[in-house]
Amino acid sequence: MKPRRQIARVLWAVLLCACLMPVVAEAARISELTETSTMERAARFFSFRDPSLRYALIGSMLLGACCGVMGSFLVVRKLSLMGDSLSHAVLPGVALGFLWNMTKDPVAIFIGAVAVGLLGAGTVQWLRNTTRHKEDAALGFVLASFFSVGICLFTMIQNVPGGNKSGLDKFMFGQAAALGAGDVWLLAGVTVVVLGGVLIFYKEYLVTSFDPGFARSFGLRVPWFDYSMMLLLAFAIVSALQAVGIVLVSAMLVIPAAAAYLLTDRFRVMLLLSAAFGVLSAGMGAFASFVGRNLPTGPFMVLSAAAVFSVALFFGPRHGIVTRWWRQRSHAARVGRENTLKALYHVLEATGFETEHVIVRDFAERRRATLEEAYAELDALEKHELVTLNRDESVVTMTPDGWQRACEIVRNHRLWELYLTDSANYPADHVHEDAESIEHVLSEEAVMRLEKALAYARVDPHGKLIPGVEDIRRGQGAAVGGSTGALVRKS
Amino acid sequence: MDPMEPALELHDLTVAYHKKPVIYGIDVEVQPGNLVGIIGPNGAGKSTLIKAIMGVLPLTGGWVKIFGKSFREQSQRVGYVPQRESVDWDFPVSVMDVVLMGRYGRLRLAQRPTAQDREIARECLEKVQMLPFANRQIGNLSGGQQQRVFLARALAQESDLYLMDEPFVGVDAATEAAIITLLRELKAKGKTLLVVHHDLASAKDYFDQLLLLNMRLVAYGPTAEVFTPEVLQTTYGGKLTLMADVAHTISEGR
Repeated sequence: MKPRRQIARVLWAVLLCACLMPVVAEAARISELTETSTMERAARFFSFRDPSLRYALIGSMLLGACCGVMGSFLVVRKLSLMGDSLSHAVLPGVALGFLWNMTKDPVAIFIGAVAVGLLGAGTVQWLRNTTRHKEDAALGFVLASFFSVGICLFTMIQNVPGGNKSGLDKFMFGQAAALGAGDVWLLAGVTVVVLGGVLIFYKEYLVTSFDPGFARSFGLRVPWFDYSMMLLLAFAIVSALQAVGIVLVSAMLVIPAAAAYLLTDRFRVMLLLSAAFGVLSAGMGAFASFVGRNLPTGPFMVLSAAAVFSVALFFGPRHGIVTRWWRQRSHAARVGRENTLKALYHVLEATGFETEHVIVRDFAERRRATLEEAYAELDALEKHELVTLNRDESVVTMTPDGWQRACEIVRNHRLWELYLTDSANYPADHVHEDAESIEHVLSEEAVMRLEKALAYARVDPHGKLIPGVEDIRRGQGAAVGGSTGALVRKS
Repeated sequence: MDPMEPALELHDLTVAYHKKPVIYGIDVEVQPGNLVGIIGPNGAGKSTLIKAIMGVLPLTGGWVKIFGKSFREQSQRVGYVPQRESVDWDFPVSVMDVVLMGRYGRLRLAQRPTAQDREIARECLEKVQMLPFANRQIGNLSGGQQQRVFLARALAQESDLYLMDEPFVGVDAATEAAIITLLRELKAKGKTLLVVHHDLASAKDYFDQLLLLNMRLVAYGPTAEVFTPEVLQTTYGGKLTLMADVAHTISEGR
């Protein structure tokens, strides 16, 4: 359920980027460029010569860290939509901050946006507490209505004569190049407050996110931490507005955190990973926007984040789709090899272990396979050094490793069958299928417990002998040579 | 501590959800060292009662005293086991992280758990036989194991009064037996326990006192005295419909 929701969110962000691309294609580039080729521009990016580039890059990375950290809380609290609503709701605040003295003053805009953002969060809370509406309807209402007020105010500003309106349009879709020294200092301050707040009150934010009822029960003032978290969230959103844009900020909150959530089971690690992914995507976004000229920053940051998310989704060490597929495939291959070994054992057993080698034709008949199929199976075993294949004489011999594994599989199979018939009261003709799958996954510890439970029995329900530890340890030659092992005490 | 001071005293406790009263005028005095089962039909307000005691839900009327003082002053002496479904078990925390939360109430604001807190958390995990799972993510546990984790967290609170909300729901027989043994050990140490319980048959054996609730307090006393057909009939014989209807009319009028 959860990964699917996150996939949907990524697709949504990518789609939105695609739709917005033509709209923002005319946005200003990171700096006026003289270089023409992509390589030259990339080299120039990494030389960090332009001050405006430095501001854009540092600012982007700071906002990436803020959004990554606050986004982690949104994702684990299942409040992803809150980020979306808040980021849209701050638009009237941006306009009011501008109207304050008709210039793009970072501090005035910051204060206006945070204030209106908190008003939006408060409205959601109020609607939820006083009406029958649940959170989703309240969020939807606040998002659309506040955003509309913002659009009206922006239109009014465009029609008012005077004032320096340049750069104000960037708030919608984002342009890192619009960041100035003042913005970066403000961003640095916000980052210190956000990261510091989370670091200092990590314990309190963790417990109020995981189990608020329990937090109240030991006397923690949960509402304070809920409200201060909303404040930090508003800080992160507003700090990212200029570079990422109102429309896409929520993606920078949710996607790095969602990617981190796929990779870890620890909240500390998730915070760190999410912040790192935020910084990485923001940096990559700034780079792509600089190298390809006339490209907007926000969508590139979000696309970079989506790329990071995709890597986590497909190649994550534990839950990755490709990783899981690969694990299943290698398990299936191992099961196949073990079944081949088992068939070799059965052929040897049928002849009373008189020889060490198996004639490939006998093996093929046992497997009910053609000679070609039989050779393909044996080739696979030879690659894993489990058998030695003599093609000229058409015989195959198990290596010591192969013999040991074959004995183990047969033992697991027969022990399990015996366990099912003796202890679980299964009829003897019902147990084979079950043992076929169990034999490949029984651990050493489980086998020892089985042997003990069955009082070290030597004969399975079908009257066949169960290979014991000494048969496995001693190797095939000794079993054939005959001594005290179970396999030579055959009737 | 005055030996006669009740562990928990409720006076005329009334709680309302959205202006609709759920429990009315509860008067109870629980003496220390008792294992009390709270029983009653669905919607009787059992969970509401213990949440109200801890101030998780606002009171509409009446007051709560814990060892003679308000909950705010005594929150360190109260341990809580919430219902298992009240949290998201996919949350990225380990068993150890959750049990450490039991120590948070004793730490100052912004103070990190110390090595000693970790040691206490390990001991509590050991008591519920969950220490081998300390590093597991909590979602990878069975229902009974999850309940044991919550219990270990409450033990880590080292409280005098324990409030437990349905600790026996959805657990296997082995866990149920382990939990009741643990509760009796706590009682033997002089702790007071209030346990919301849903199963009448076992309630008689598990608890030495019962608190029967159906919006009103029906009865409270030693199990032998209150576990009678008449009291059970009053508790489970349908809701107090007239009372609920009038309350509804009142809330509509507001």
